Amino acid sequence: MSVPYLTLIVFLPVLGMALVAAVPGTRHDAIRRMTLAVTIAHFALSLPLWWLYKSSGAPYQLVERRPWITAFGIDYHLGVDGVTVLLVLLTTFLMPLAVLASWRYIDQHVKEYHLLMLLLTTGMLGVFVALDLFVFYVFWELMLVPMYFIIGIWGGERRIYAAVKFFLYTFIGGLLMLVAILVLYFYHYNLTGTYSYALTDLLAIDVPLRIQLGLFLTFGLAFAIKVPMFPFHTWLPDAHVEAPTAGSVILAAVLLKMGTYGFYRFAIPLFPDAARVLLPWMATLAVIGILYGAMVALVQPNIKKLVAYSSVSHLGFVMLGLFAFNVVGVQGSVIQMINHGLSTGALFFICGMLYERRHTYEIESFGGLSSVMPVFATIFMIVTLSSIGLPGLNGFVGEFLILVGMFQTHPYMAGLATVGVILAAYYMLRMFGRVMFGPIDDESNRGLPDLGRRELAVLVPIVIVIVWIGVYPKPFLDRTAPSVERFVEHVTDSGLLAVEEPIEVEAPR
Amino acid sequence: MESLLWLIPAFPLAGVAINGLFGRKLGDRVVSVIGPGAVGAAFAMAAASFIALRGLPPAERLLQQTLYSWLPAGEFSASIGFQLDPLSMTMVLVVTGVGFLIHLYSVGYMHGDGGYARYFAYLNLFTFAMLLLVMADNFLLLFVGWEGVGLCSYLLIGYWFEDQAKADAGKKAFIVNRIGDFGFLLGIFLIFWTFGSVAFSDVLPEAATRLTLGGDLAFWICLFLFIGAVGKSAQIPLFVWLPDAMAGPTPVSALIHAATMVTAGVYMVARAHALYEMAPQVLALVAGIGAATALFAATIGIVQNDIKKVLAYSTISQLGYMFLGVGVAAFSAGIFHLVTHAFFKAVLFLGAGSVIHALHGEQDMRTMGGLKPKLPITYWTMLAATLAIAGVPPLAGFVSKDEILWRTWDGGHSVLWVIGFITAGLTAAYMFRLFFLTFHGSFRGTKEQWGHAHESPWTMTVPLVILGALSVVGGWIGLPAALGQPLGGIANRFEGWLAPVFEAGEHAVHEPHAIPPIEYGLMTASVAIATLGILVAYWAYLRSPDLPGRVVARSRGVYTLLYGKYFVDELYDFLIVRPFYALSRFAWRVIDDGLIDGLGVGGTGALVKRGSRIVSRWETGYVQGYAVAFFGGVFAILAYYYLFR
Repeated sequence: MSVPYLTLIVFLPVLGMALVAAVPGTRHDAIRRMTLAVTIAHFALSLPLWWLYKSSGAPYQLVERRPWITAFGIDYHLGVDGVTVLLVLLTTFLMPLAVLASWRYIDQHVKEYHLLMLLLTTGMLGVFVALDLFVFYVFWELMLVPMYFIIGIWGGERRIYAAVKFFLYTFIGGLLMLVAILVLYFYHYNLTGTYSYALTDLLAIDVPLRIQLGLFLTFGLAFAIKVPMFPFHTWLPDAHVEAPTAGSVILAAVLLKMGTYGFYRFAIPLFPDAARVLLPWMATLAVIGILYGAMVALVQPNIKKLVAYSSVSHLGFVMLGLFAFNVVGVQGSVIQMINHGLSTGALFFICGMLYERRHTYEIESFGGLSSVMPVFATIFMIVTLSSIGLPGLNGFVGEFLILVGMFQTHPYMAGLATVGVILAAYYMLRMFGRVMFGPIDDESNRGLPDLGRRELAVLVPIVIVIVWIGVYPKPFLDRTAPSVERFVEHVTDSGLLAVEEPIEVEAPR
Repeated sequence: MESLLWLIPAFPLAGVAINGLFGRKLGDRVVSVIGPGAVGAAFAMAAASFIALRGLPPAERLLQQTLYSWLPAGEFSASIGFQLDPLSMTMVLVVTGVGFLIHLYSVGYMHGDGGYARYFAYLNLFTFAMLLLVMADNFLLLFVGWEGVGLCSYLLIGYWFEDQAKADAGKKAFIVNRIGDFGFLLGIFLIFWTFGSVAFSDVLPEAATRLTLGGDLAFWICLFLFIGAVGKSAQIPLFVWLPDAMAGPTPVSALIHAATMVTAGVYMVARAHALYEMAPQVLALVAGIGAATALFAATIGIVQNDIKKVLAYSTISQLGYMFLGVGVAAFSAGIFHLVTHAFFKAVLFLGAGSVIHALHGEQDMRTMGGLKPKLPITYWTMLAATLAIAGVPPLAGFVSKDEILWRTWDGGHSVLWVIGFITAGLTAAYMFRLFFLTFHGSFRGTKEQWGHAHESPWTMTVPLVILGALSVVGGWIGLPAALGQPLGGIANRFEGWLAPVFEAGEHAVHEPHAIPPIEYGLMTASVAIATLGILVAYWAYLRSPDLPGRVVARSRGVYTLLYGKYFVDELYDFLIVRPFYALSRFAWRVIDDGLIDGLGVGGTGALVKRGSRIVSRWETGYVQGYAVAFFGGVFAILAYYYLFR
């Protein structure tokens, strides 16, 4: 393929920034419309990925590789596998919706906001498609900056605190990751005599377990913060609550996936033996995350914070599936990344719609909304059920495969995690009941308008995909199967430790 | 026929789509045609399938259709596939047949309700999910239907969501069911772990070879699945949601919380009987829980004043009988009682609905009485159903309940038989208490209510009459040999019909065999205790109506315990719900805010701040100082390399 397709996808938003910048700053609607047009065009441009990526083909496809800084062996090196394809499409699918959802919410510094949204898109996509660790790191830091400003400028009351917390957490993780990347880079040089940041080169070398452990933990910390795994999650509720609606959506739907994707694409395959040795610990943290996140979500008085903690719980499932190290579990984990993006993204959109009507996130301020907003009630219900993991909707597909996969290798872990299924129903339905059911006891809720056309345009596409994945997930599973199989094979076949015998470390039960 | 199986669930699904999306625009008239019509069409398809199935030789009675591969991932796979064998067929006929009548009844009952289209969309969605449940050809799809009916139950219990209590009842049902579903999921995981598949055709025939009789694996698989059944079918200890579920519209109680959904647990155990036969310990547990629940719920039912609450506890009790049946490995007897119960309990609920409808929402039996002349059709159909559930021969309930009791005794479980026997007496007593309080004696409500009371419209009475007739004759399809043989050698046709599913070959039930005299003895005994129960009710509520008050006054403690439903809800609240909340609050305030964020993150921040204050002291502004430090540093690094490299 001669057209640098991935480069186009990654950098089209930057081109779009030029278009948006050309619109006079006072013409807010024109800016919004222009950004919307750019994001829709971007989605359209990225959609062929679904077909261009051949699941029977090479591990990495649509690869672009050009020398960038030859002295250090840095290449501009991009490529996708099946998992990347889904995450890229998730991102480009959500961006127009995020722009639509900001339509009325953002009324100050409108131009700057939309420029930053586009820049953020480029950063996120770059992280997903980078095959060179240095390029990956550059995009990783690039995406951090616009998000920092989006929270810090357009956020709620405690936005500065939240933004700084978000920045410091991610930045410190990023710095540690840079150190780890450099160590790996020099180690590779010592072994082969060539400088390279290419993932494929670094995957090919055998690293002793001792060094693997150190590097896995360093890489892992950066990603674990991003996921976020217990106990590195406390930046998340603050960031979510303070961020503007679209910021929360992107944060939950895409940014958190960079953590799990980082484990999938880098930390685990680069250091497979360390990953296997640390499996019991990682799985334990994941299970704690599932249960702990759910419990804390249960007692939240603030709906956005509740959804934020539910993310901790859901991402625990994703991590658990990754560490099942079998195809079933990892497939579940991958599809759950998409599912979480859809359902939690939709939940944050919904929080935003409630906020735009009542200017509060306090659950107590609502009640009985179903009678005044029936259409909203229906969509909210479907999204809630998706988040609960009701069979027939997307969430079940991921959770079930994760649990059934994990059960094959660690039945007790899986059994404990399954308790999360009960808890999810508990905290979500409790919240839903208190917001949507009962009598209208606050008069200001009586006249609330039902969803408008713009809001329907935000939610209906998500609901369609939610049902689609729930009823017919095969296209998604098929597309990711070969990549996942390679991942599992790579992890279980890696040279240093025999596969057959289970690794005995003093494992927490 | 096989290629058209999908149509059976597709009709109600189409009903959901039409009424759900366009119901408001279509108007109530169209909605009330589409809602019942969709289920009627499904029933027609089911009847056609039944004829096709009957046409096959017994051993080959199986229709199958796989639509598509649903969850293919690695070595796991599950498909959207349907099967109809005699067991599924029976369930499908009950679900669509009784379901259709209850849909029809709803047309009248829900007339004028603001959410008419929503109601029928939910009810059709329920029928769809229930059909998935009973037609599934694998455990996972069964589970899809299982959770689907749970969802509809949630939506319909909380149908009048403006009432907080009703909405909460729905939520409680969903969450308690989820606890059961947790067990069900673990059961599925273990099944896949053991058999490498979740398809019935891979798992069930292999059960005897892959599992050891009485082994751990069989034990855990069956126990986990049974936890699911305990939740769905409201058995001890997860029964607490069903009485609250009466908050839903009464036809919903009839369809979901009596005739069909709550029996799903019984169906599931029967479906997985090949597994359960490998786990006799769990079967014993099933029988024990069933018997205990039957008695326990009956004792509560006898003191309740809300007509629907009595019926709710009665349902729990009758479900206990069904589990007793399948627990003593009398699978077809359990399913038979499921079928007859669907008939007479539907009548009881629909009849109660008719009474409530006539009294404009009144549910307290203390303000009813003497309604016989006002509601003649309701009266006579209710009488038939009450006699049936009380176990008066030859009505449906007698035939099926006695079959369970006999098989319990015959299996050597005499203690369980005694429990079932006592429960039979209690059942007759509390049901006739309900009947007398409602229809006989003098009216105890307001004059206005009496004036307005009227018989229901035809859409409500026709289903009552049909189901009432079935409560009388419905049991005759399964006359036990003890009764059939003297009547000219009629075999137990129901058992014969299900034999290809349950038959492991050892007991050939169709052959005429000698009937032990004790079977007739026990039969007489259970008729006697039913009669006694009816007489007690008659005495206490018609002959000397002040008697119950005196009894209550003398045994206040027992009464309070029963009336308060043994305070199980309060116990759970105290032991589980509150501590869990406290723990969650602790996790949030102390661990998250205090330890991690406060001490961890905040502490690090404070440390950095203090550290930087120290470092900032070095920043004196004197360039010489920097230069010394700089050269010192370089020297140190060089020295390190020189010395150690």
